[in-house]
Amino acid sequence: MSELNSKIPDGPLTEKWANYKEHAKLVNPANKRKIEIIVVGTGLAGASAAATLAELGYKVKAYCFQDSPRRAHSIAAQGGINAAKNYKNDGDSVFRLFYDTIKGGDFRAREANVYRLADVSRNIIDQCVAQGVPFAREYGGLLDNRSFGGAQVSRTFYARGQTGQQLLLGAYQALERQIGLGNVTMYSRHEMVELVTIDGKARGIIARDLITGKLERHFGHAVLLCTGGYGNVFYLSTNAMGSNVTASWKAYKKGAYFANPCYTQIHPTCIPVTGDYQSKLTLMSESLRNDGRVWVPKTKEDSEAIRKGTKKAEDIKEDDRDYYLERKYPSFGNLCPRDIASRAAKEVCDEGRGIVPSGFGVFLDFAAAIKRLGVDTVKARYGELFPMYQNITNEDPLKTPMKIYPAVHYTMGGTWVDYELMTTVQGLYCLGEANFSDHGANRLGASALMQGLADGYFVIPSTISNYLSPEIFTKPIPTDHPAFVEAENAVKERSEKLMSIQGKRTVDDFHKQLGKIMWEYCGMARTAEGLTKARDLIRELRKEFWSDVKIPGLLNDFNSEFDKAGRVADFIELGELMVVDALHRNESCGGHFRVEYQDQGEAKRDDANFAYAAAWEFKGVDTDPVLHKEELKFENVELQVRSYK
Amino acid sequence: MKFNLKVWRQKNAKADGRLVDYTIDNINVDMSFLEMVDVLNDELIRKGEDPIAFDHDCREGICGMCSMYIDGRAHGPHHAATTCQLYMRTFKDGDTIYVEPFKAKAFPIIKDLAVDRSAFDRIIAAGGFVSVNTGQAQDANSLPVEKEAAEKAMDAAACIGCGACVAACPNSAAMLFVSAKISQLAMLPQGGPERKNRAIKMVEQMDAEGFGNCTNIGACEAECPKEIKLTNIARMNREYLAATIIDE
Repeated sequence: MSELNSKIPDGPLTEKWANYKEHAKLVNPANKRKIEIIVVGTGLAGASAAATLAELGYKVKAYCFQDSPRRAHSIAAQGGINAAKNYKNDGDSVFRLFYDTIKGGDFRAREANVYRLADVSRNIIDQCVAQGVPFAREYGGLLDNRSFGGAQVSRTFYARGQTGQQLLLGAYQALERQIGLGNVTMYSRHEMVELVTIDGKARGIIARDLITGKLERHFGHAVLLCTGGYGNVFYLSTNAMGSNVTASWKAYKKGAYFANPCYTQIHPTCIPVTGDYQSKLTLMSESLRNDGRVWVPKTKEDSEAIRKGTKKAEDIKEDDRDYYLERKYPSFGNLCPRDIASRAAKEVCDEGRGIVPSGFGVFLDFAAAIKRLGVDTVKARYGELFPMYQNITNEDPLKTPMKIYPAVHYTMGGTWVDYELMTTVQGLYCLGEANFSDHGANRLGASALMQGLADGYFVIPSTISNYLSPEIFTKPIPTDHPAFVEAENAVKERSEKLMSIQGKRTVDDFHKQLGKIMWEYCGMARTAEGLTKARDLIRELRKEFWSDVKIPGLLNDFNSEFDKAGRVADFIELGELMVVDALHRNESCGGHFRVEYQDQGEAKRDDANFAYAAAWEFKGVDTDPVLHKEELKFENVELQVRSYK
Repeated sequence: MKFNLKVWRQKNAKADGRLVDYTIDNINVDMSFLEMVDVLNDELIRKGEDPIAFDHDCREGICGMCSMYIDGRAHGPHHAATTCQLYMRTFKDGDTIYVEPFKAKAFPIIKDLAVDRSAFDRIIAAGGFVSVNTGQAQDANSLPVEKEAAEKAMDAAACIGCGACVAACPNSAAMLFVSAKISQLAMLPQGGPERKNRAIKMVEQMDAEGFGNCTNIGACEAECPKEIKLTNIARMNREYLAATIIDE
């Protein structure tokens, strides 16, 4: 296996991307028609990549497990998309956006990638507006911006609370246009279940038709994974039910290193878990913390009374409330960053001061804001969010405080990629949330949409030609090639094995148990002891899964339980790798908090020993993975300690 | 809570379907409708039966994948909400609930409650876009858009493409869906150059897919989870008329 080469271009930070593009190899239009590219996933990264590559003349095949490419979970992003346009004249610049992103990521991202991201952010807004994305506008007809966490400027573009939806529909429409023109073949209700490599290069995939259950072989000169994050390893998360790690995991097992799996983002403001039946957690936008005050009662007795229903929030006097974020972080208060706010909520609940029956919930109170601004202003400010909360919980946040608790939201870790977004497998690329590259150990709000579209619209079209240039001599490889046959047979064998178990426990049963292990030991606070225990528990769970899972129905049929089973099997293996990664990283940074490494409750980074990306190489399910380090060099920013006190 | 369910079961596109009775007990009022179906499916799997197939993904009312016809209404009795945002507290203990797929000629049933809505994708592919390749765009602020027009475009753009409008319509018309996209792009200057062609192409594809016509019943608007307005259909008719009459 080759050593990690991030292929960062030479030259000053501000000129690397321009230099790269000027010197990258090209494929002429006549040859593009002969080259086939596989794009797996049709969220922001996948749809934008598929559309753009097709516009350039490549023959594209796109895949999604949903019934339509428009359903990908990018659609659920609410808040907005960052871009260094400086339309507000408030001092924003490409460098500032780059700096905020590096610092927000707790200095664990690659400088060159992040700078490029900040640079192309401006083109994204231009492109989306041209597509007819209805961004919010001011009365003069120009684009409006708002501010978001981790920045002192207003650089967030938005379309009400549906920014992800509108950006995705823009990319989806561009993709559908190419489908209509015959440049993209779309495979909806298809799931990638294996990567095919020939002579060390990615040459195709095995896909399962989710309607018939039939396995299909697809060739591509290159393969792009745009398959999103792996937050569902926790079972409960803000991800869609179908979001999964399977495509990335198959690639990992075929030689694509997986980087920083332990970097997961737990979002502080979600609706708390209410019961075992619960299938997902719903996010309440971060913006609520602008006016909401977070608190729990000062005493365990009051908290218990609230849990039992003998007291209500209104019965707790002002002096008996602990506005713990304001108390602990006086300068940032309720607006401290996501990782800090989440850990603080866990801490008070662990002390027995949680306010929902399960014990895991805190209040987010708008009473002070209503008193200060009036009901109408508060209502207008958070228009869609209050009714959404009320619909789910049957409580009116204008009358009684919201109840919230942190939930898994985003995964910064993912498949390792170099500057060209190529993985450690030649010709295999990874874009968007699925890769590890731009957010370090913590992602700032409104940056996920930016990265997905940057990768798809502007980065991959330039970098992929550099690889494909000599590939014009490779004729499409027939799918009866032994590598395809072997890959399909491996899938078949595994599928039949899964179906033959016919044990006693359902797939969800196992998934829930995995989620509980991950949440308890690899969630908001991690210890060496807990992680060691978790690894054993996950290994046991894996054995039990492969001997006692019960999957109904037939293999060659529409069988959602079988689809889930395959995904959960991969999540179990990923869970173990996350634990291994979290255990090896003897420091706290961003979303990774190791209890042993703290400074009075604050994360304590160890730049001397851990300023690297940890890329893991698969060596077998029962064998320890091998660690490869990509040293992170900070030549343009100064490493600092983040403090919010 | 306890419920009697009558659920449409159909093995595949070609098989005959029928309503099958199930009873389900110990349902929590705070469960979503889909979580109730999860519980039922869990029971079926444990009994060795085939679980009910249904489409769903985000479970927060935005992806548009869930699609159940509950007690004779697309997405059920809760106004302006998708199936995944329907909660069991909406029902009374002991209720009998009918659960069927979205039914329309252009939405063939795949299995049980899952239907094929790819016709919507093909309508978008026919013209529901602005033809601008990546990299061709000018600066985003070089073309101001009147705020009111931008807001109206956003109202129309809120459509999630779930197909409730088709399921609710006695004519199985897709006009609310098609008109929402035509309206959004007609109200923005970016959509201007292709305005006529778009209206013609999308309407042609809509007809080719086998959707019905609008007779101003308004069931689509009443059942739309995103409250897309009927006025979009009027705008679409105007766009189409202008495109066909003024041509030449």
